[in-house]
Amino acid sequence: MNLSKIVFSIYPYIVLTVFIVGSWIRYDNEQYTWKTDSSMLLSKSNMVFASNFFHIGILSIFGGHFAGLVLPHALWLAFGVSDIQHQWLAISAGSVFGLMCLIGGSVLWLRRMFNPRIRAASRYMDIFILSWLMVTLLLGLSTIPVSVGHANHADPGAMLALSGWVQSILTLNPKPELLDNVDTVFKVHMVFGMTVFLLFPFSRLVHIWTAPFNYLGRSYQVVRAKRRA
Amino acid sequence: MKIRAQFALVFNLDKCIGCHTCSVTCKNVWTNRKGVEYVWFNNVESKPGIGYPKEWENQEKWQGGWTKINGKLELKAGGRLKKIIQIFANPNMPQIDDYYEPFTYDHARLQNAPLSEAAPTARPISLITGEKMDKITWGPNWEDDLAGEFHKRAKDQNFSNMEKEMYKEFQNTFHLYLPRICNHCINPACVASCPSGAMYKREEDGIVLADQDRCRGWRMCISGCPYKKVFFNWESSKAEKCIGCYPRVESGLPTICSESCVGRIRYNGIILYDADKVLDAASTENDQDLYKAHLDMFVDPFDPKVIAQAKADGIPQSWIEAAQKSPIYKMAVDWKIAFPLHPEFRTLPMVWYVPPLSPVQSQIDQKKLPTESDGCIPKAEAMRLPVKYLANLMTAGKEEYIVSALNRLIAMRSYMRSIHVEGTPDTRPLVAAGLTEAQAKDMYRYLAIANYEDRFVIPTSQQEMQIEDYHGFQGQNGFTFGNDSSAGISANSLFPERRKETIEPRELAPFAAPRDY
Repeated sequence: MNLSKIVFSIYPYIVLTVFIVGSWIRYDNEQYTWKTDSSMLLSKSNMVFASNFFHIGILSIFGGHFAGLVLPHALWLAFGVSDIQHQWLAISAGSVFGLMCLIGGSVLWLRRMFNPRIRAASRYMDIFILSWLMVTLLLGLSTIPVSVGHANHADPGAMLALSGWVQSILTLNPKPELLDNVDTVFKVHMVFGMTVFLLFPFSRLVHIWTAPFNYLGRSYQVVRAKRRA
Repeated sequence: MKIRAQFALVFNLDKCIGCHTCSVTCKNVWTNRKGVEYVWFNNVESKPGIGYPKEWENQEKWQGGWTKINGKLELKAGGRLKKIIQIFANPNMPQIDDYYEPFTYDHARLQNAPLSEAAPTARPISLITGEKMDKITWGPNWEDDLAGEFHKRAKDQNFSNMEKEMYKEFQNTFHLYLPRICNHCINPACVASCPSGAMYKREEDGIVLADQDRCRGWRMCISGCPYKKVFFNWESSKAEKCIGCYPRVESGLPTICSESCVGRIRYNGIILYDADKVLDAASTENDQDLYKAHLDMFVDPFDPKVIAQAKADGIPQSWIEAAQKSPIYKMAVDWKIAFPLHPEFRTLPMVWYVPPLSPVQSQIDQKKLPTESDGCIPKAEAMRLPVKYLANLMTAGKEEYIVSALNRLIAMRSYMRSIHVEGTPDTRPLVAAGLTEAQAKDMYRYLAIANYEDRFVIPTSQQEMQIEDYHGFQGQNGFTFGNDSSAGISANSLFPERRKETIEPRELAPFAAPRDY
């Protein structure tokens, strides 16, 4: 078994296990640490712009990866989206939101590194996870020229191989050999991307799990009684 | 009708001397920690002034509290969907500099500095970065006793509809202290703003708390509270606020700020209100009618129908008795001398204020002020403090309520003066102010003497009667720093859940029979 096989057939399961079980344990036992860790109080300048760009960018990128890699291939065809149209869609949406995320994220990263207040209030993990996300993002953006090259030759092979591999992992039938002919830049991006999930339970990223959508349907006032109902 | 009990406070501004003992005791007990150095659950502001944080009363700037949109009550900063859209960065969030950058001084330098021509100085050090600060430009209570230029404190919102230039003149200057804590509102905007549902009002006593475990730091409560009394702990990234000293209150003790008040200006007590009227009261059309609507929510604790309903709603007998003896009810409802702070924010705040008279004795002696019939006590409208200013602070600008309260305070003084100085009770001022002799004597007892047991009428929480598994809460009376609900409280725990509830016999053990020895 070579390194590629380990990384693309065993590592994903380690990552997913740590991601789910780790989040669960932290939610159960460390509620006090479960938070966004906002630093807006200490420095507000550019935050409204940068934080929105970063968050909208990264959430859209996540949604795009999910739609492109996890949703079944047949579904896209059923919608009448051909593989090469799908690839151009991925390239354009990825470029727009990737750029958005890059602009917002860069401001946030510079702020975290060089704003004396934010730097002083940062934990090691705060700096590390943001830097890791930014490297992963840059690697993801650098796959775009490669994808454009493939698309210009009407060759959706790499894209189909990637989504085939993701689905093979999720259906517990790993097929690392699908990635044999995929360009290295994709693979490096994938390793960094998978590792985000590994780091997830140990970082501030856990706040994504508790995005407060139920607020939309909640009554404004909350009254709690000590008496149990 | 649904009766709820509310733990409420009244601050008698007439007696506040601005000594900050309340602030310091509160600070030492609750916010003497990293991350909340800048936080004062209790602070005392000098008014006129822009306050803490800067210009907190200006809701065009902070968008706190409630407003009416198309006849419907809505959060001023926008409804639920807008909050979710703004969740990545709350545009109304204050920055720590709006409070002040917390600092200490390099005291060691004074002892360790090498021998030099100039005396060593203890430079300020930021408590956030640990770096030396060039200059402290703002701090807690920066405007103490009208420090600074008039044009700066004239930004005070309460001046917004006044001809303020005349108060720049030294001889027209006026000043009052305004101690502020969380108002434990009946219609709290912080609770309504919290996307996580972490902020809540307690059913039993109405104290508003921020659940440290459920708080995710979306920071909507910080800007949502129009009084800016929810704070962001920059170390833990959680919301923290005045907890109404609930561990003390549950045990029948006054809050620490009230207990330590040297001027005896603070009153703690229970007041009963009709919870079915909350929405209507907060939705009152005209800002100036909000005080009246708020007052109308309170119910008479002596009314047998109210008592029957209160018992049906689970309020213990001892609480009903406390409501009957409540100093809050007397001042707010019986005597109508206490008012909510900025009712126009529509949160129905439950810390009320007795407006201050202003000492003007030398002007009276020089016969420069119009006085009441006794020739000694000045008329309310002739006081140094402009009634308009007080009305902007407490009744959304409606002056008649304030004048009436000031008149009652003066009438009580005039009447008591006639007893103690003239030797014959003069009831003319009382009749004019609409008070009976008994009321005036009660007011004197509560306001001037202010005995401990009159100021603080606080029933114990009687949790043993209310909670089914009362041992389950044992040890939770105090304040915790989170992870309080760890290990098996959530519904889908990875770990073994708590065993069954505490096993306790539900019937009381019989008393031991007397024995012969």
